[in-house]
Amino acid sequence: MNYAFDYGWLLEYWPVLLKGLAITVELTLVGGVFGVALGVACAWARALGPKWLRPIVTTYVEMIRNTPFLIQLFFIFFGLPSLGVRLGELEAANLAMIINLGAYGCEIVRAGIQATPKGQFEAGASLGMSRIQTFWYVVLIPALQRIWPALSSQIVIVMLGSAAVSQIAAEDLTFAANFIQSRTFRAFEAYFVSTAIYLALAIALRQMLRGLGWSLFPKRSGR
Amino acid sequence: MSLIEITEVKKRFGDNEVLKGINIDVEPGEVIAIIGKSGSGKSTLLRCINGLETIDEGSISVAGAQLLPDELHLKALRLKVGMIFQQFNLFPHLSAGKNVMLSQMVVKKTPKAEAEEMAKKMLERVGLGHKFDAYPDQLSGGQQQRVAIARALAMEPIALLCDEITSALDPELVNEVLAVVKELASEGMTLLMVTHEMRFARDVCSRVVFMHMGRVHEIGRPEDVFANPKTPELKQFLGMQH
Ligand SMILES: Nc1ncnc2c1ncn2[C@@H]1O[C@H](COP(=O)(O)OP(=O)(O)OP(=O)(O)O)[C@@H](O)[C@H]1O
Ligand SMILES: [Mg+2]
Repeated sequence: MNYAFDYGWLLEYWPVLLKGLAITVELTLVGGVFGVALGVACAWARALGPKWLRPIVTTYVEMIRNTPFLIQLFFIFFGLPSLGVRLGELEAANLAMIINLGAYGCEIVRAGIQATPKGQFEAGASLGMSRIQTFWYVVLIPALQRIWPALSSQIVIVMLGSAAVSQIAAEDLTFAANFIQSRTFRAFEAYFVSTAIYLALAIALRQMLRGLGWSLFPKRSGR
Repeated sequence: MSLIEITEVKKRFGDNEVLKGINIDVEPGEVIAIIGKSGSGKSTLLRCINGLETIDEGSISVAGAQLLPDELHLKALRLKVGMIFQQFNLFPHLSAGKNVMLSQMVVKKTPKAEAEEMAKKMLERVGLGHKFDAYPDQLSGGQQQRVAIARALAMEPIALLCDEITSALDPELVNEVLAVVKELASEGMTLLMVTHEMRFARDVCSRVVFMHMGRVHEIGRPEDVFANPKTPELKQFLGMQH
């Protein structure tokens, strides 16, 4: 093995990496926030919503969970324009991530809702709350608390999966790495650095989600 | 007109007719104990009064408000009748104070400061003024049940339904809850309670309802019901106690 490592290109190309990182972070934030919101809405619909809505949501969830993310992304970016819906690569990437996390998040959050003791719904009802009010004020927070670790993992998975958006030329971190290695022919170094950044990003994201959990859910004597 | 009028109420679960024509009229300020064997339909009756179960036949009205199964009527009815459950059913993510505040703010749109004031008053009333910020899992079963009572009271109901509210409690915690109920009774609250506490029923209640196989088998003042049970079923039931 006489390969000479060379990280000199970093001097020249760090702004490219930084921009890629920024886009990956943006995709993750937008995808995370709206994806979780969509997931919660769908979980409500599947677990407690009106009967007519359930099969629609189920179809959506199963379609997304049983097809590759890359195909979903291509469909949105290359397929939809045939219907006159033309999205930029970032918009398409955002949308694909929201839709993807929405489906997985739906199943995770639904498990949390279904573990709610019946008495919680009855207590809400007996106090005069409507079904929606009971869901929103009584059921949701403990349900999220129950599945927070699983949901956090899914968000991290979606962040890592965002690497696929480089395939539609969204200039994320993976796109930057590809770009740099094609210019410098330093494949090992370029992917090594981007791997390290993804790793750091994933760890930071997990920590952030844990912190969010702490502030979202009350401190309980059990902790 | 009685405060609560239960007329010819029938309730089926599939083929299983659980209530077979119940008639009870409750006057304001009455404290009614409902006793009977497991499966006789006591819980189902209370749950029907609160609209947690729909009835198949008959009618229920509370202070003139008819029980109808749409959300608007249900809400109107539930504002008049509070319910306390065997398992307390406190909201685990909210402090005791917030448990008592929530429905006031959400259902009655009471401003926060007012709801807080009311919550303090009601927790005070059940002897838990100092536990405003405690979470349910930091409270004993007896304390949790008293918070649940405070939570129901904060909605200012005209009647309370209690379904075996001391059955999930350790024996030494039963009395603190019964004391609160006794206090409410003496203040004139109308109470319907399913209970296995026969002493309590005898001492506090104005009437006792003995349910058997989905019917009101005997009804009367506690001294009569307990001292002179008329039917063999009640005799047997009372014999089984203690
Ligand atoms: N949701 C339900 N679905 C089907 N059957 C039910 C349901 N709830 C109650 N039942 C049945 O109705 C009957 C009466 O039940 P209920 O809970 O009212 O009895 P209970 O007098 O309160 O008994 P316990 O003293 O054990 O609490 C029982 O046979 C029970 O199996
Ligand atoms: Mg019962």
